[in-house]
Amino acid sequence: MRRVIKNLISALVALMFVNAAHAAGELHIFNWGDYTNPDLIAKFEQMYDVKVTITDYDSNETALSKVRPGGHGFDIAVPTSSHIPIWIEEGLLMQTNPNEMPNFVHVAEQWRNPDWEPGRNYSVPWTWGSTGISVNTAMYGGEINTSELFFSPPDELHGRINIVPEMNDVMNMAIMYEGGQPCTTDKEVLMRVRDTVMAAKENWKSIDYGTKEKLVSGDVAVSMNWNGYSKRAREENPDIAFGYPKQGYPLWMDNVAVLADAKNVENAKLFQNFLMDPENAAMISAFAQYANGIAGSEAYMPADLASAPEIAIPAELQSAGVFVPPCPPEAQQLYTAIWTEVQK
Amino acid sequence: MSEVQVRRKQFAVRKLPGFQSTAVLCFVLLYAPIAALVIYSFNAGTNIALWEGFSLKWYHVAWQNEQVQEVTIRSFIIASVASFSATLLATLAALGTTRTENYRGRTAIYALINQPLMVPEIVTGVALLIFFAIIKTVTGYHGLFYLMLAHTAFCIPFAYLPIRARLEGMDISLETAAQDLYATPWMTFRRITLPLLWPGVLAGAMLAFVISLDDVVITELVKSAGQDTLPTYMLGQLRRGVTPEVNAISSALLGVSILLVSLFYILRNR
Amino acid sequence: MAETENTSSVLAAQSHQVAIEASRRNKIRNFRLLSMPALIVLTIGAAGPLLIMLVYSFLKAAPYGGVVWEPSIDGWFGVFLKKDIFDGTISIATAHLSILWRSVNLSIQSTLLALILGFPTAYFIATRSVQTRNLWLFLITIPFWTNLLIRTFAIMQVIRDQGIINNFLIGWGLIESPIEMLYTDFAIMLGMTYVYLPLMVLPLYASIEKLDFRLVEAAYDLYATRLRVLWRIIIPLVRPGIVAGSILVFVPSLGAYVTPRVLGGGKHLMLGNLIELQFGQGRNWPLGAALSIFLLCVVMGALLIYVRVAQRGTTEHV
Repeated sequence: MRRVIKNLISALVALMFVNAAHAAGELHIFNWGDYTNPDLIAKFEQMYDVKVTITDYDSNETALSKVRPGGHGFDIAVPTSSHIPIWIEEGLLMQTNPNEMPNFVHVAEQWRNPDWEPGRNYSVPWTWGSTGISVNTAMYGGEINTSELFFSPPDELHGRINIVPEMNDVMNMAIMYEGGQPCTTDKEVLMRVRDTVMAAKENWKSIDYGTKEKLVSGDVAVSMNWNGYSKRAREENPDIAFGYPKQGYPLWMDNVAVLADAKNVENAKLFQNFLMDPENAAMISAFAQYANGIAGSEAYMPADLASAPEIAIPAELQSAGVFVPPCPPEAQQLYTAIWTEVQK
Repeated sequence: MSEVQVRRKQFAVRKLPGFQSTAVLCFVLLYAPIAALVIYSFNAGTNIALWEGFSLKWYHVAWQNEQVQEVTIRSFIIASVASFSATLLATLAALGTTRTENYRGRTAIYALINQPLMVPEIVTGVALLIFFAIIKTVTGYHGLFYLMLAHTAFCIPFAYLPIRARLEGMDISLETAAQDLYATPWMTFRRITLPLLWPGVLAGAMLAFVISLDDVVITELVKSAGQDTLPTYMLGQLRRGVTPEVNAISSALLGVSILLVSLFYILRNR
Repeated sequence: MAETENTSSVLAAQSHQVAIEASRRNKIRNFRLLSMPALIVLTIGAAGPLLIMLVYSFLKAAPYGGVVWEPSIDGWFGVFLKKDIFDGTISIATAHLSILWRSVNLSIQSTLLALILGFPTAYFIATRSVQTRNLWLFLITIPFWTNLLIRTFAIMQVIRDQGIINNFLIGWGLIESPIEMLYTDFAIMLGMTYVYLPLMVLPLYASIEKLDFRLVEAAYDLYATRLRVLWRIIIPLVRPGIVAGSILVFVPSLGAYVTPRVLGGGKHLMLGNLIELQFGQGRNWPLGAALSIFLLCVVMGALLIYVRVAQRGTTEHV
């Protein structure tokens, strides 16, 4: 008996230290779940003889709360454009100057000096996309480039609408629908927003993720959705189209940045540079089904991806897309109050 | 054959009307979604909501996916360690809170033991995140130990309550008798108390195992680099929508566990 | 019944008792120490860090999540009261109340349903032959070896509009259009019952298994009906199991997060979701902390009363 216990304990101790063992080169990436191409990682591992671990998160808030107190062991995180200013302001990112890296020349002009991070001293592009409307055109034949489908839907869509549970996306889309600016604290606009959303919610079937299953199976005819997921749904059901609300819709970009308390800084920098190579950026897109910010990567992408209607935004609707900044706390408080009221 | 048994045949003492059919109904309800899960693991399509014909595709995909295997194994390691230690601690605590006269502070101990049940996981998770971050920064150690500790802690009440329910009102005359015969306390425990307590311990251990295996929120907040478990891996997939790959893993695990259990059962009853 | 037994045995026991009194007192003290390891682990791994939350609930919210180290009661204010965002009037936080009410209501329903299903099942298992009991127990837990999310999705598969139940009913011509079950409060209740069922069955089993059927037999010999036997003999004897099972189902249901979101379709918040919202997109950690400490106090108070009431009598039985 005693021997058994002894053996068990030593096995456990051994097991606990397996993780702590340090290999020659390591890199610990903290990224959104189901977002990182394993082939891309294998290529990087082989090229630089580095052992990479990928750990998942499911929201910007989770990522931020985990990194903020320190001691997490990650070297790299991939915050969204709307959160990058927060990370920088709180001193969580390391200034690695990607703008001086050799591969920076491949970054497309429009992403070199984005509003959320002028000059790109911290991060390199991962992917970008839009939050819009997926419509099953076999079930609904009307105009799809309008957020009326969420906020004042025609009778035939009542009870056939899904909204993703992303408070900021929903609120900002509703604000733009009511003619306001994202992150507004204008009480008049917000009162209209509240009334609109409260009334519209009666016609929503669900507020949930899993948009693809719901659309493909016909549980819902319309869903708020991200463009890349809409493309995946279209691959299973050709009737599913993606609309860009003319009243305004959120755009976003996820960006790869090195953490201030990273242990493997050199490998992390190598990785940033590696990602700006068009061939590698194409691998990101091929897996995640979103556009990346690297010029010339289209040449290495699967043929259907670069020209997909979910990725190439029609010219007349481009101006309606807005990169939402991090909303100030006052706005956030108002939105939470409305959102709670809506779901009470 | 004793007289009692003969009489039992005429009048089933243990039988209560409707109980058997309710139990059967309960098992059907339990296994209906599981059946759906297994069936859809053989789906040829990529959608868990739409049947597109039979295929072993997803088993193949899961077999090729190293990350899924890694997180599954990690889940089982953590669940085994946590359920073992939680059951051990809970058994001791159950003895310590029932085998005594009422003493001051017993209610407080009872409340403390059940505390992990009473706050939503997110709260314990955030608190542990902040607390462990300090320890991690100071010691520089990032291993699985933190997850095991956290899991052990929140598994304790799940193991404790069934064991305590079993202990409560258990006849202690046998133990007293053993002690009168000069059995050491350890002997008494091993030969008398533990065998009597065993069903409770088993129930507690099973619960703890299942609870640990299921945990998402606390694990998500406590994990360090490279420590995804199956649930947190799936949480990451939630936005995009899960593929039947996870159904395949679950079904395979189900198959293995049923196989092991029946093997164990057959061997024991030979 | 217990009383008569006691009085008859008291005299015999008394002399014996005096003899071992001293050693027993010692033993009891030692027994108390047995709780220590568990308490230490709980203090480090669960309860202790919760003090951080208590402190946080009295601090100011930082702009982007987290707290600023400045004392404030805004968090607690927000639990009970709300300041209208448009006209600034202060009123009771009705949204929080209705969410609390929904959580309590659905949790009670789930607990009752789990008890109604779980009790006969546990009884059934406990009355099988000794060799097969553990097998049945495993059969109860095996479905729960698959991940919670996957199980929840599987339930969705069964109750959705084009799901198994509806297809079956329509196929047999029993109904014409699908019954809407998914994304309702009913679905949440059903889902929570399903998810927490083993938490009811296992403690019940542990209690019923030690039931002395001679007592049941004696009752039948005295011409008691089956219902009366169940009500007056069996249920009082297995009460500790019912108490344990009900706690294990009710309390986690109150803070449930995944089930309401997936099966309820997220249209209605439950307490767990409300608290999660504050720590997540709402970026109001003090309010989240205050809400959860409030929940903790409510549950703990209710639990202590429940345990005290439910145990009245049982402790004297033996």
